[in-house]
Amino acid sequence: MTTQTTTPEDILQTAQALRWEVGSDFHEHLMESMYTEAARIADRAITRPEKKPRFDLDRTIDRLVTSRAFGFPLMLALLTLVFWLTIAGANVPSRWLSWLLLDTLQPILKGFGVTIGLPWWINGLLFDGMYLATAWVISVMLPPMAIFFPLFTLLEDYGYLPRVAFNLDNMFQKVGAHGKQALSMTMGFGCNAAGVVATRVIDSPRERLIAIITNNFALCNGRWPTQILIATLFIGGLVPAHLAGLLSAMSVVAIAVLGVLFSFLVSWGLSRTVLRGEVSTFSLELPPYRPPRIWQTIYTSVIDRTLIVLWRAIIFALPAGAIIWLSANITFGGISIAEYLINFLNPAGLLLGLNGVILVAYIVAIPANEIVIPTVLMLTVLVTGASGVGAGAGVMFELQSNAEMTALFQAGGWTLLTAVNLMLFSLLHNPCSTTIYTIYKETRSLKWTLISTLLPVFMGLAVTFFVAQVWRLIAGVL
Amino acid sequence: MTEQTLPKPTSTAAPCETCPVHNAAHLLKLGVDMGDADFVVALAGNPNTGKSTVFNALTGLRQHTGNWPGKTVTRAEGGFEYGNSRYKIVDLPGTYSLLATSLDEEIARDFILFGQPDVSVVVVDATRLERNLNLVLQVMEITNRVVVCLNLMDEVRRHKLTVDDRRLARDLGVPVVPTAARYGDGMDLLLQAIHDVASGATMGKPYRVRYESPALKHAVEQLVTQIEALYPNLPNARWVALRLLDGDEKIAEALQKGELGDLSHGDLAQRAAQMQVIGNQ
Repeated sequence: MTTQTTTPEDILQTAQALRWEVGSDFHEHLMESMYTEAARIADRAITRPEKKPRFDLDRTIDRLVTSRAFGFPLMLALLTLVFWLTIAGANVPSRWLSWLLLDTLQPILKGFGVTIGLPWWINGLLFDGMYLATAWVISVMLPPMAIFFPLFTLLEDYGYLPRVAFNLDNMFQKVGAHGKQALSMTMGFGCNAAGVVATRVIDSPRERLIAIITNNFALCNGRWPTQILIATLFIGGLVPAHLAGLLSAMSVVAIAVLGVLFSFLVSWGLSRTVLRGEVSTFSLELPPYRPPRIWQTIYTSVIDRTLIVLWRAIIFALPAGAIIWLSANITFGGISIAEYLINFLNPAGLLLGLNGVILVAYIVAIPANEIVIPTVLMLTVLVTGASGVGAGAGVMFELQSNAEMTALFQAGGWTLLTAVNLMLFSLLHNPCSTTIYTIYKETRSLKWTLISTLLPVFMGLAVTFFVAQVWRLIAGVL
Repeated sequence: MTEQTLPKPTSTAAPCETCPVHNAAHLLKLGVDMGDADFVVALAGNPNTGKSTVFNALTGLRQHTGNWPGKTVTRAEGGFEYGNSRYKIVDLPGTYSLLATSLDEEIARDFILFGQPDVSVVVVDATRLERNLNLVLQVMEITNRVVVCLNLMDEVRRHKLTVDDRRLARDLGVPVVPTAARYGDGMDLLLQAIHDVASGATMGKPYRVRYESPALKHAVEQLVTQIEALYPNLPNARWVALRLLDGDEKIAEALQKGELGDLSHGDLAQRAAQMQVIGNQ
């Protein structure tokens, strides 16, 4: 037998030898001929209409929304509209939900606990702590999300988001980041964890890291309710009622825009220092506008985004509610753990134009940003000892009207400065634990995870401190 | 006389079950349940051509689809049952090529190559045919078992174009199914085409681009002879030869480890293990 057996090594050796014969540019020629073939086959299959349509709607819209003059104003106007619809539309259903879950169901549940003879502390822990925290999260978060997400998804499905990326691309390039960061940042407006995963579209590791670290500056869904509520109470309260909604919406947009600016600033800083390197170019395809299928979009965005995010919030709200209740009810020498903490952090909080209550709330709310506001409210009642509101120490509650809430905050020593700085701090602080975990999974690096976590906190502390000092200086002069 | 009796009602069942219309009506969307799949289907395509929409239509899952290139960055998997066979379908990240220059391209290429799906469906934006065909041609270099899903036919009509899917099928040498996945149009035909290719009822003869300088031709022929001697059933010896000439480390490694060879006659369990390995990377 003369059959010669071939081994993989033989093949590799032959290939190695033959590579010298064929030269190194054959691959380009192959690709070139493939492109030519693709063009030829496509051309044979397609018939174009005889007459070119005179008016191309897509192109006209594109020229408008990506134009130098109108691109950004249109973008801001559209965002403001979305937030205004969210703020204005969420009010009524929020009130229904809180009436149902808090005013009606909660006393029934608690009464039931008493009837079956639960010890007071189990009853309190279950229904004043865990149930109320969860119910609060649902009634505050569900309506705005159920409005915001479908609107955002409609914009996305229609094809507007890539235009936003197109508008922002140039600026990202200038600060040394990848243009596609505009896409992951836009995703971050929904959820930072999703935004961090979305950075996978960026090939260069350097630019991908920049995108991951700065994604937290895109105001995520868990923080929208905080922004919207504080803006409604304090900023909207500055003007007559008919303008309040618009002004609140605009101030939320201002915070969102500020986040984008911070994103640029930090990207710039990183690409000049620890993450230096070349900017890679890429081509961004503007997809055609496609009329979205409205009902389907609303259905999937409610199911996929709203309920998933809400579910996550509930999972975190349950234990957080328990912790808050316990910290407010376990006392040493007549003072609860929560009060100790608040008093301890109060001086630092005041220095930052915030207060101890807000700092404690942010520590409690590391797992989920959504519960910041309920915690703040509850703790404020605890320290002011306000009577007649809520249902006692350590109980989260919903106040009947915004006016009542404002009154409570003022009793707790809140000013416009506190509100503004709370909005700023909500923008600039560590990502939630889910996002931190996602960052670790994506980077596989403890160092970068730590940087992504701590950098925003330090920036938040610095910015609020600075704002507080300037504010007080000006207020002192006036 | 008695032989002329009417056929019994039960005897009509057999032809009925083989009829495509019957099958389409019995598409079973299995969602994420894809245990004991008989066939594996890969879903490839350029970004933003509606792969995820096709995926959702077949599996009944609701992976979010967006009008946004680069929406799917990871692999999504789902299952469906059609014509008494269970299918596992894998939604690959959208790519413009299979040159594996970035992570998503590598994921897509590795799956089509090492995952050896029974059918690779390439979803194509019919309004941007030229650019999309580049990927089709590249996928056809790797595998014979290709179905082209000519998607977004609704957009083609809106732009007043016509796309001749039959001519395209003839030119490419693989089944071409025009669809408008967002409205579910053509999904029954797509399923039938997938089924035909998976079961071997249709055997594509993909058109392969032949650019060869005399030196390259000689080199490729020499390598292909050797590769086919080692792995007689390899469907893409020429492509492997070209990759080796290009110095592709990953393909060289796969050749050494016998991964290419194993798969040319591997069974499903082995393949599943392979995919797990790729998935973990």
